[in-house]
Amino acid sequence: MRPAGAGPVGRPGAGGGPGRGPVRAFVRALHRRPRLRLTLLLSAPLAWLVVAYLGALAALFLSAFWTTDPFTSDVVRTWTTANFREVLTTSVYWHVALRTLGTALAVTAVDIVVAFPIAFWTARVAAARHRNLLVVAVLTPLWASYLVKAYAWRIILSAGGPLDWALKPLGLSGPGYGLPAMITVLAYLWLPYMILPIHAGLANLPEDVLEAAADLGARSWRTFRSVVLPMVLPSVAAGSVFTFSLSLGDYIAVQIVGGKTQLIGNVVYSDITLDLPLAAALGTVPVAVVVLYLLAIRRTGALDSL
Amino acid sequence: MRATRHLAATAAALTAVLALATACGGSSGGSGSVGSDGKLHPPKMTAQRTLGPREGAVNLVAWAGYVEDGSDDPKADWVHPFEQQTGCTVHVKIAGTSDDMVSLMKTGQYDAVSASGDASLRLIAAGDAAPVNTDLVPNYKDVFDGLKLQAWNSVGGVAYGIPHGYGANLLMYRTDKVSPAPTSWGAVFAKDSPYKGHITAYDSPIYLADAALYLMRTRPELGIKNPYALDQKQFDAAVALLRQQNANIGEYWSDYLKEVSAFKSGDSVLGTTWQVIVNTAQSEKAPVKAVLPSEGATGWSDTWMLSAKAKHPNCAYAWLNWIVSPQVNAQVAEYFGEAPANRLACDHTVDKGFCAAYHAGDSAYYRRVWFWTTPIPQCVDGRKDVTCVPYAKWVQAWTSIKG
Repeated sequence: MRPAGAGPVGRPGAGGGPGRGPVRAFVRALHRRPRLRLTLLLSAPLAWLVVAYLGALAALFLSAFWTTDPFTSDVVRTWTTANFREVLTTSVYWHVALRTLGTALAVTAVDIVVAFPIAFWTARVAAARHRNLLVVAVLTPLWASYLVKAYAWRIILSAGGPLDWALKPLGLSGPGYGLPAMITVLAYLWLPYMILPIHAGLANLPEDVLEAAADLGARSWRTFRSVVLPMVLPSVAAGSVFTFSLSLGDYIAVQIVGGKTQLIGNVVYSDITLDLPLAAALGTVPVAVVVLYLLAIRRTGALDSL
Repeated sequence: MRATRHLAATAAALTAVLALATACGGSSGGSGSVGSDGKLHPPKMTAQRTLGPREGAVNLVAWAGYVEDGSDDPKADWVHPFEQQTGCTVHVKIAGTSDDMVSLMKTGQYDAVSASGDASLRLIAAGDAAPVNTDLVPNYKDVFDGLKLQAWNSVGGVAYGIPHGYGANLLMYRTDKVSPAPTSWGAVFAKDSPYKGHITAYDSPIYLADAALYLMRTRPELGIKNPYALDQKQFDAAVALLRQQNANIGEYWSDYLKEVSAFKSGDSVLGTTWQVIVNTAQSEKAPVKAVLPSEGATGWSDTWMLSAKAKHPNCAYAWLNWIVSPQVNAQVAEYFGEAPANRLACDHTVDKGFCAAYHAGDSAYYRRVWFWTTPIPQCVDGRKDVTCVPYAKWVQAWTSIKG
């Protein structure tokens, strides 16, 4: 980009005649003041960000300090920290928070393990002319409705359902509804978000470093460990931002395949009708966890490869 | 330097947003409450005197099966005839629990609601429900007298709604998987149940009353007289029973379609239900039956109430009159599986023995059924020497029971 404001100073009124209209004057003013230009360009999206996004977060945080009428569930605007105290001192909320964190980490781990070979294949093994098609294939499930996919899994996992039927010859049965089912379904739902960044990372791997590794006598495992993995790690971390934060906030899949499992999302969902301030206080937990996670991820440099 | 300025700007923006949130968020204001005497003090409101022209639409919050337009069952359609007769298009939002109903009515987007007893008083106290002028509902005169001006649908002799129907929560089981057939709630509360992992329960804090009802019969030393009036000791016993039950639960339900699918697939084989769920599951060829267990049951007595902020009050009055008219009340009662509120409805049921089977108007029978009521600190069983555990504590306990 050329340095703004360098051009116009030298040639005022260039073009002569038609340069008197108000539009022309406005354009000239804009041209002369790069800061004004930038302000006008960014004010609309910034206003949107502040009002809709930060505003919603602020309203959430603020209402966490209110309380409710115990009988009518009406929100009463008196300032109290009781909700945060309750969230921090009640053991069930700790259990739910830790279970949610564990679920999000497990989903991320499963996705990394499953996505890596697929991404390796789509990015480096498959014939070059097929690669784009394969990426489209990976993205296709994202076009189907979340609910359809979750209910499909409810049927797959049901007692005597397809999974039970398939495992029966081996003398096994499916996990039924519960935490393992939750992790399976969430890992399935968010898999494309993990494959894509890893695919991009692997596709951008320079050929010459691989050749250099081969020239220096490294076998495939050594090449993977010492060359590929360090270079692709930021992409894996980037993918994990998606899988982790999406799992942390999910409250629908848990109702469909989670059995009696409670995660933060559905505790917030069930409290929101009766005790909005408590739900808001609970809602700040995943926000805090995600912020901490992002700060940790930033240190790996993964945010640069998003 | 730059960073500081940046921070200051962000802080300023946040402050502005906070001010905005304070200004427009929060409660509707001017709500009443429960006084120290345990009596309700609803905000002053007067009922509509006369009916005006109909608005062309009405927005309802209802239990599943109450507002049917033929899309679930072609034979169950009392919405289209209403729309043709009144010109009011019906929009309905199905709620799964009373708590959902209370929060939906707070939005002010709905004109009427089919509230059970554990929602109705909360709606009245919060000023979300308006008094109803029963003279504008001609069919009200045929409602069973035992349902008129009761504790759950009136305050100080002022009606806040039109009775709709009443019934009991039942125990449903898969006939091919559960034997012998259960006759007691003990089947869902037993510690070493052979159906571990396949038992289901209603996902709402009010389900604590089901445990209390069971304890009322099985542990008389606790002295429970009313499952909605529990002192701390009785409450703790009910919570302990539900914690023990949690180990055997496969999943909880509040979405009735989810329960139908769980019983169809066999993921659930035993648990609480409504008659309408039994009917739906049976029509989809699931081998299920339901019984009213020997201990009696919790149940509901529903009331159609008007929103204090109704945008279509005249269409809402038309709906209130329509839903308790003899023919329609009979249709709803038969479809849902409950006793109708209108005594003339018994002449219009397809099954002539229906009203007898559901004990319509038989108040002795319904003494075994404990209608949903919101627990408050003033024990509703009349005890004065203790305070009872209020509903807010039931809600917290419910989260901790599910773990």
